[in-house]
Amino acid sequence: MSHVPSTYAGVADTAAVLVLLTEFAMLRAPLLRSQVRLYAFQSLVVSALAVFVAASRHIDELYVLALLSFLLKVVLVPTLVLRLLRGADADLAGSPVVGMASMILIAIGVSAFGFFAVGSLHVHSVALPTSALAIAAATVLVAFVLIILRSDVVSQAIGFFSLENGVSVASLVVASGLPLVVEVAFLFDLLVAVVVFGVIMRVHHGRTNTLSTDELDRLKG
Amino acid sequence: MSSLLVAIIVVPFVVAVVTYFVPFRVSKVLTVGSGSITFGLSVALIPTAAHHAQVTAGGLLRVDALSVVFLVASTFLYAATAVFAAGYLHLGRGAAGNRYGRRFYAGLNLFCWSMAAVPLVNGLALLWVAIEITTVLSALLVAIDDTDGATEASWKYLLIASLGLGVALLATIIMYYAGTTVFGTAYDLSYTKLLAGASHFPPDVVRLSFVLAVLGFGTKMGLFPVHTWLPDAHSEAPTPVSALLSGSLLAVSFYAILRYFQIAERTLGPVFPRNVLLLFGIASLLLAALYLLSQRDLKRLLAYSSVEHMGILAIGMSFGVPIAVVGVLLHVLAHAAAKGTAFFGAGSVIRKYATKDMANIRGGIGALPWSGPMLVAAVLALSAMPPFGIFRSEFLIVSGGLSDPRDTVAALLVILVTIAFFGLSWFTTQTMLSPDPDPTTRGGTGAIAVAKGEVSIWIVVSMVIGLVALVILGVHLPSQLSQLLDRAASELGSPR
Repeated sequence: MSHVPSTYAGVADTAAVLVLLTEFAMLRAPLLRSQVRLYAFQSLVVSALAVFVAASRHIDELYVLALLSFLLKVVLVPTLVLRLLRGADADLAGSPVVGMASMILIAIGVSAFGFFAVGSLHVHSVALPTSALAIAAATVLVAFVLIILRSDVVSQAIGFFSLENGVSVASLVVASGLPLVVEVAFLFDLLVAVVVFGVIMRVHHGRTNTLSTDELDRLKG
Repeated sequence: MSSLLVAIIVVPFVVAVVTYFVPFRVSKVLTVGSGSITFGLSVALIPTAAHHAQVTAGGLLRVDALSVVFLVASTFLYAATAVFAAGYLHLGRGAAGNRYGRRFYAGLNLFCWSMAAVPLVNGLALLWVAIEITTVLSALLVAIDDTDGATEASWKYLLIASLGLGVALLATIIMYYAGTTVFGTAYDLSYTKLLAGASHFPPDVVRLSFVLAVLGFGTKMGLFPVHTWLPDAHSEAPTPVSALLSGSLLAVSFYAILRYFQIAERTLGPVFPRNVLLLFGIASLLLAALYLLSQRDLKRLLAYSSVEHMGILAIGMSFGVPIAVVGVLLHVLAHAAAKGTAFFGAGSVIRKYATKDMANIRGGIGALPWSGPMLVAAVLALSAMPPFGIFRSEFLIVSGGLSDPRDTVAALLVILVTIAFFGLSWFTTQTMLSPDPDPTTRGGTGAIAVAKGEVSIWIVVSMVIGLVALVILGVHLPSQLSQLLDRAASELGSPR
């Protein structure tokens, strides 16, 4: 096997790294709106990667998937969340539980763990270089950091959606042959989840008049 | 036979749509009808599933003995909860009450539909899709009361369960990859195929997928340390929803874990998957037993009892002896009936006393002449007293565990279950078997004095249904059901 990566592997790895870096950018974004835009950008990269895999590996079904995921994750979800934000009249993300620098350090730590843990599995894929799988695992773990350390409903919801982006990259690497019906079912599920997240965020905002989760500490024991 | 599968999927869905448009008085009847029909159809599947390998409908639906066990558990609770809800719901007059009723019934039927779909769908991918749908539907039902507590509980539930399912999705995709080494890049994740090829899958990949699946679906099942949403959601949801969450939602999530267990056992041999389940099971049982000793809220008490029973299920699978596996599957059925009945009784108490705080509830048996004693019976059933079904199932699990070389685990199981029994029975006797509070001394104890009498005949009927089922499971298992459990246990066993 050659040690010089092919153009194909290079493009795929670059896309995966972009997804991971966007996740880091979300972590440090102080404005909720910029977080949503970063999510839209991340989803755009994932959709583009799907088109790229479809074109180079001649998997026509992936075009449909890329289109649907573009419509849902780049257009619909950000629009819905931005509309909620306009109604809620809140700009700043909830302050993280720990300081920004520590948060980034923790995220670097977990992403390194995810990268090397999955890398050590020696998964071989015909569709994409396996380093992309390790990067996807790192993205999922950073999304966890975002959700755990941020204290507002929008960051937490966006964290979940971006976690799904990480899983999408993983599925492009190792499961690009997944039947279209299944992929569409996954996306449909995401759509339902987005709607329900929106409903509950709205209910939460309606009751507490804030997007912060600091007050959600009544139920214990 | 395959038309039965289609009917089980179609009936609750159609009823759910209809109930959104008709007045809720009609919905009550329709929901009881739909629950009974789906339960009847599931029971009709028992003889076939107990004797033949599988029933399929199209490529999408498939049942074998294992799935029928879970199907029967969840549709039984659908029927019983429909009866209970008819008596439990107190809807205000006018548009607001009517809207609540329509939303509640549409949501309840959809939720039960999604839980019936989980054991019916064929393949790991559709399994994940079905479980994700149960999550979002139940999160809406937890939030339906629109109180501060309900909002908080539903947000925590939705977020934590979605994260768990994100991990489970990763598990699904990694298992798909494991399959590509045998079947090539494009195949469907159907069980038949996966089970046939599982022994040739790469072990490291399957190991990773199994651990992620236990962690991910374990979040929905309420295993420690990812159980944190469970007591909140169970205590803040409307009581019919609590009963369904506890009796069938947790069970169908366990079903998902069992499907991964089946594959992992074929690839890795029995030791690794059993040890993973043992670890999670012991931790959950320990946590639940200790928390049961310090509860004040009646529904949180029952919620921690669910964590306890899920721990018992995981430990029972870790023994790997066929008799213990039969016990685990029987436990799924008996727990659905017992926990349902206990929540129905709790609902009756909560309606009567208008509080969930057990410090203020005294003399329950005097105030509720029927549902009071039946609640006590249900709690005793949950604590594995004969003649109820859980006695039989835990007996099978423990006797299986004692035949295992590591019989200390069985001993630990018995000790922890005893602690849990102490917690459950302490609070029940305190609230139910205490003398009626004297209205004149009320200020001192905080106990609420109430008039004698049942809340609703429907609640009593639903509890009778649950207890009758428990006694049947405990005293004399119908032979078809017993064959079904045996067959399901052999499907779970490794062919080697």
